[in-house]
Amino acid sequence: MPAPLSVELPSDREILITRDFDGPADLVFACWTQPKLVRRWLTGPDGWEFVTCEIDLRVGGKYRFVWKNVDGVVMGMGGTYREIKPAKRLVSSELFDEDWTGGETISTIDFIEEGKRTRTLNRIVYSSKEARDGALKTGMADGMEAGYRRLDTMLADGPAKV
Amino acid sequence: MNTSDRLDATFLALADPTRRAILTRLAKGEASVAELAEPFAMSQPAISKHLKILERAGLVSQGRRATSRPRKIEAAPLAEANQWIERYREVWERSFSKLDSLLAELQAPATDTKN
Repeated sequence: MPAPLSVELPSDREILITRDFDGPADLVFACWTQPKLVRRWLTGPDGWEFVTCEIDLRVGGKYRFVWKNVDGVVMGMGGTYREIKPAKRLVSSELFDEDWTGGETISTIDFIEEGKRTRTLNRIVYSSKEARDGALKTGMADGMEAGYRRLDTMLADGPAKV
Repeated sequence: MNTSDRLDATFLALADPTRRAILTRLAKGEASVAELAEPFAMSQPAISKHLKILERAGLVSQGRRATSRPRKIEAAPLAEANQWIERYREVWERSFSKLDSLLAELQAPATDTKN
């Protein structure tokens, strides 16, 4: 089993998310950058539907993700790719439509292959410490928690087969 | 302070390597300001400033002994901050475990190695 996810706060404006995956870096990178693969796992809060997944994978190219829940509530985010090194590094800006992160954030994901495993380090830099703490405290955590609870009841028959 | 203010104070206090080192030291036991200053290339007033921020967050408290006023670590605010980080972690873990399944599926037909 890959090492569990770790979340660290390396500075007062950053969140660092580290996670190992069983697979080569090119494949893991593909899962982060090819719409048909992204759609399969970055499904947002459970109970939400991934309605838009557009990726223009080139420097300066844009991406847009939109999820919609059973009540019709829409959550969207998007940004621009700033650096693309296949199987090595992906840098993008990201901004939620609701902007609960207090301005644009910059995400730098490093893909480090070790044997048959790939470690991803996602360093998210927020516009300010307040924005970072806000992201930790509200929005995502609360919204997703609610989403999960709804799904827990919906998913009584076990994980959906993809 | 309400929960949100407390968390702000906690995260601010933790967002500094010297203050984290002070907490690590205090986790091993009480220490005076002089003892805390020792491993750092810092004056006692500088350390006191860091301690003030830690105390405001409730992470550190002052002991009773009048002469040295040893500082000690307080667990509650850390636990609260940790709870928030833990929830954030869970959000990502949900997605990442889906990515685990996807990666397993993508690699299954190509390489028929038993896993």
